[in-house]
Amino acid sequence: MEEKAAVLTGKHFWSGDIAVAEGGIAAGCRFFAGYPITPATEVAERMSERLPALENGVFIQMEDEIASMNALLGASWGGMKAMTSTSGPGFSLMMENLGLGIMLETPCVIANVQRGGPSTGLPTLVGQQDMMQARWGSHGDYEIIALCPNSPQECFDLTIQAFNFSEMYRVPVLLMTDEVVGHMYEKVIVPLEEDIELVTRPRPKPGANGYLPYAIDEESYIPPMGLAGEGFRLHVTGLTHDERGYPAVNAETQGIMVPRLVEKIKRNAPKIYMYEEDRMDDAEVVVLSFGCASRIAKWATFQLRERGRKVGFFRLITAWPFPEPRVRQIAEQVKGIVVVETNLGQMVREVERVVAGRCQVKLAPNAGGRVHETEEVTSLVEEILR
Amino acid sequence: MTVIQEATTHPKDTLLRVDRFPHIWCPTCGIGTAVSCFIDAIRATGIDEKQFAVVSGIGCTGRVAGYIRLDSFHTTHGRAIPFAVGLHLAKPDMKVIVFSGDGDISCIGGNHLIHTARRNMDITVICVNNFIYGMTGGQLAPTTPQTARTTTSPYGNFEYPMSLPHVVSACGATYVSRWTVLHIKRLTRAMKDAILHRGFSFVEVIAPCSTLCARKNRLGTGTNMLSYYHDHCEINHEANLADVGLDYQGKIVCGNFLTIEKPTFRDLLEENREEV
Ligand SMILES: Cc1ncc(C[n+]2csc(CCOP(=O)(O)OP(=O)(O)O)c2C)c(N)n1
Repeated sequence: MEEKAAVLTGKHFWSGDIAVAEGGIAAGCRFFAGYPITPATEVAERMSERLPALENGVFIQMEDEIASMNALLGASWGGMKAMTSTSGPGFSLMMENLGLGIMLETPCVIANVQRGGPSTGLPTLVGQQDMMQARWGSHGDYEIIALCPNSPQECFDLTIQAFNFSEMYRVPVLLMTDEVVGHMYEKVIVPLEEDIELVTRPRPKPGANGYLPYAIDEESYIPPMGLAGEGFRLHVTGLTHDERGYPAVNAETQGIMVPRLVEKIKRNAPKIYMYEEDRMDDAEVVVLSFGCASRIAKWATFQLRERGRKVGFFRLITAWPFPEPRVRQIAEQVKGIVVVETNLGQMVREVERVVAGRCQVKLAPNAGGRVHETEEVTSLVEEILR
Repeated sequence: MTVIQEATTHPKDTLLRVDRFPHIWCPTCGIGTAVSCFIDAIRATGIDEKQFAVVSGIGCTGRVAGYIRLDSFHTTHGRAIPFAVGLHLAKPDMKVIVFSGDGDISCIGGNHLIHTARRNMDITVICVNNFIYGMTGGQLAPTTPQTARTTTSPYGNFEYPMSLPHVVSACGATYVSRWTVLHIKRLTRAMKDAILHRGFSFVEVIAPCSTLCARKNRLGTGTNMLSYYHDHCEINHEANLADVGLDYQGKIVCGNFLTIEKPTFRDLLEENREEV
């Protein structure tokens, strides 16, 4: 292995997948449990190379994705920053226990390098078809955080951000990348270790008497997390539980606990929203995209500007929570929004919901296995401008 | 004159979440006895209580985590073992014990069971085998003996049952024992040995479910079940594990079947780390 340092400060030529692994390590992740699946395998392979060389680093290839997800939760309650990577089919297998992570308020990061589905679909080819699964795939009501990088550099940066959000809000965070971004090689700049800002989960005060693992702190809504082995005698359950963590299977407790899980993300959403904008000031039409599709979408807006069309570019970096306020503003300002995504219409539903008829919404669909042609985007913009 | 006073506490209370009582288990259920033995076993190890974590899946036995006053995690159906694996790898000095039912561990969680045994992961699995799915109302389990009736085998089970000690030993477990809840002393001792054992240890606890299993099969009450254990148990520490399968109303071979020393997953990980 090239290096035994955790943060490989300097310039690198990395794939998105490698950058995800390196971002995780730079964020302090020392526990990786996963199961091989194309096109996410390189994340696991990089971790298997790197973690054993780092102090307390643990890499384990589990028997399946279900086990991987649960191993993350266990490791996180043991105090480690933990992550896994997968793709569509494995992501589906993780869903039940993603819900457990949400219910137990367990920080961890899951990178989904999306491929085309349904089912085994396109193992080696791109898709962005798990966006709604990311939002709604597990059972029950919840809010989740999902980030979408569109370059290896962002794979690095956003994996760190994913860990920070996950620690801050005590929620599993999803990194929704895709095959194109995962396999693309580009320059990645890794900053100095001291320039990387890291967040760690809120912790109870040492020796805190009468510590309530799920106490409602009216201000932040995020209870401090006691860990296994610290003498708290925690009880942690996937059942609806009260402030002590004890099961309380009734409508009243459900009515307090589930809204809190949802609220802790909703209230902080303005701090979680991230997006990229370009030439929005005078835009009459906006092209909205994310991940691999956004690279073509952006190129299309350049071409349209050259033709003198007033087009802006908007890229979701945070897919969930969906940056509702900003999209609503945009809808008030433009004639139409063209959504470019590598699926037959997932995030476009959210855009339509938020736009609520304020402007036209058009989708540039793509069933997966390829990236969009520029014309697929430009023609829709022209249609709106016509 | 001796005044008889009603006791308000019990010596085992400090390791139980008595504030959660009454518990959900039926009268004559064997899980309580297994828990009682477990508490004695934990004490007998002499290890600081802070060092223990109990992880459960889902089911009647899965509720154990909720009643034990240690760090305890009640996870999802069948998935206690991988959760425990993550916790153990993050906190190698802790004693991580999975306490779960037979259906939970061997059916939905069967894959985790065999692979965690294979890796000789240093955790303990205590499996309460009542031959049936208790919590969901008495359905067929992989351990249900042939011909036994359950709510999903109304004409009698025609599947071949799984013999847990045989499976885990074949997969690489390094400590394996089986006792019934009638063998209180031996069961406690086995749990203690399993906890102290370095490597994957497995204790099968044969326990009555009189509400569902016994009633469906007209086997009587909990007391009848215990006397059945008394009459049909055969202790044989040297038993060939291929021959310890359990059939309907046949003999129950019990014993401390297996103790072997073998590097654990963690040992090999650290050895590998030195090489890196
Ligand atoms: C994914 C999933 N499937 C099914 C269930 C329903 N379920 C709850 S407990 C249980 C069976 C438990 O049986 P066993 O492990 O033998 O435990 P016992 O209740 O007998 O102690 C099942 C199927 C569930 N909770 N989750």
